[in-house]
Amino acid sequence: MARIRTALKGKWPFAICSGILVVFFLVSILAPWIAPNDPIQVNLALKLMPPSLEYPLGTDQLGRCNLSRLLYGARVSLGFATLIFVASLGIGLVVGTLSGYRGGWIDALLMRFCDGVMAFPNLVLVLGIVGLLGPGLWQVVVALMMVQWVYYARMIRGMVVSMKEQNFITAARISGSSNWKIIRRHLVPNVLPPIMVMGTLEMGWAIMDISALSFLGLGIQPPTPEWGAMIHEGTSFMRSNPELMLYPGLMILFVVISFNVIGESLSEQFGVKRRY
Amino acid sequence: MVIYLIKRLFAVVPIILFAIFLMFVLVRLSPVDPAQAYLAASNIHPTEELLAEKRQEFGLDRPLIVQYFQTVADIVRFDFGNSYVTNTPVWQEITTRLPATLQLALSSILVAIIVSVPLGFLSAVYKNSWLDHFSRLLSYLGASIPQFWLGYVLIFFFAVKLDLFPVEGRGTWQHFVLPSITLSLALIAIYTRLLRASVLEELEEAYVLYGRTRGLKEKGIMVKHVLRISISPMLTGLGMNLGKLLTGTIIVEQVFSWPGFGRFFIEAIFNRDIPVIQSYVVLAACLFIVCNLIVDVIQLYLDPRISREGRAQF
Repeated sequence: MARIRTALKGKWPFAICSGILVVFFLVSILAPWIAPNDPIQVNLALKLMPPSLEYPLGTDQLGRCNLSRLLYGARVSLGFATLIFVASLGIGLVVGTLSGYRGGWIDALLMRFCDGVMAFPNLVLVLGIVGLLGPGLWQVVVALMMVQWVYYARMIRGMVVSMKEQNFITAARISGSSNWKIIRRHLVPNVLPPIMVMGTLEMGWAIMDISALSFLGLGIQPPTPEWGAMIHEGTSFMRSNPELMLYPGLMILFVVISFNVIGESLSEQFGVKRRY
Repeated sequence: MVIYLIKRLFAVVPIILFAIFLMFVLVRLSPVDPAQAYLAASNIHPTEELLAEKRQEFGLDRPLIVQYFQTVADIVRFDFGNSYVTNTPVWQEITTRLPATLQLALSSILVAIIVSVPLGFLSAVYKNSWLDHFSRLLSYLGASIPQFWLGYVLIFFFAVKLDLFPVEGRGTWQHFVLPSITLSLALIAIYTRLLRASVLEELEEAYVLYGRTRGLKEKGIMVKHVLRISISPMLTGLGMNLGKLLTGTIIVEQVFSWPGFGRFFIEAIFNRDIPVIQSYVVLAACLFIVCNLIVDVIQLYLDPRISREGRAQF
């Protein structure tokens, strides 16, 4: 116990936020088992009910259980943010390593493309893509991925270029390792930790972006429970039932602030610069 | 300096061309047929002849490369086509709505500067005081609160409960208060941290020690020297966060029913109004690039030490 206390000294925000995230991830996995009711079961006879034993946080305008919808909402937000993170990291890893390791015209071409995408304000491009593909969850996921991978690719490329010249890579090459082996055994394991730190911050952004797009009506379509969409629905009942829009917003706030606190303290430790 | 400027200006051209190219590709990749979208937006029942006629009018039957150069030529002449919904030139729609958006953006930048300059400066000078902790908390909140939610929470407390400010719309100065606060909190979060970090960095410099040993007043050193130099990174931050501000206006305009450009853009997405979507994205990219250029020039002017090589690409 004393050891835990010394280890956590001065790091309690980090510990609390990790705890919050663990809880949210567990909730999103276990939602079907811990939710008291079906999140999309409409029951107009029970609309806008105050909290009760059966509905611990009351019901919404269609008589759906608020708590269940919040719990299932965690699933959508965290699930898709993770998906976007993994997919864009994957693309970024391939492009960044290829670009940095090969160099030459491939590098020039790919990096100019990245520069071009970065010339757009992030969410504007996402909105543009969604606008042209049409509203919908998968369109939003694809659009966010198309924009995010560029930042990973850029960063990975920079790290690969500087690492390529170091002695351990030269040594590996002299001892006869193939390019593929050097990339797999030496470059990728060294590149990943700082990238994961950056990814923690990006997860927060992704969750905000998903909810913002759903709020605008472009992302997740009803009746799927999603925090941003729930806020949007709740605003119509602001005068009588403000909790309908307050709860989901608090959820987003907790999750995103946790990702930010963790990401920031990790990036201080790893010396990774934050992208504003 | 002049050569540097000309170089930078030329570097902007390919990026804008690329932006147009990217939009062009996206429009062609999209499953939406512009001719069909046009007819749907104007509530005309699409028949084969009408579709073919519209396709010809939009030049969709010509080779792609010709279409691309046509698009570039049109945009250079500020011809963004006609909106499918209102049938007026998009450029005209933009110019009527842009002032509202710019007013909102400027008033938020103003609020952000008024709050974050003293807050960031003081939290660096009184490091680890309660003020510093407060500013840290505020910046975490600002970076993590969803803007649309913040907007509604402010409406709930200050418009519905306390009835201090109007809920939505534009007109009097009261209408500016809630949207500007909503939009500026994210900026305050960033600027406060940026300024705090750069003040802390400057405090380590030799001239501060020199000033103190000469017996200059602490206040004078801080305000006249440290603060003046530390402001410069905030300017970079201003340029870099313009994107955030721009997307912020889209959301805030939606929340407060602000009759601006961003709201028009969202409407266009729902109506599949392709010319509007296309021109918004291209213009946003141009605005972003140009503002960063201006920020760079101001910085060069403020601090001539900045080497030409050390600058970011754009």
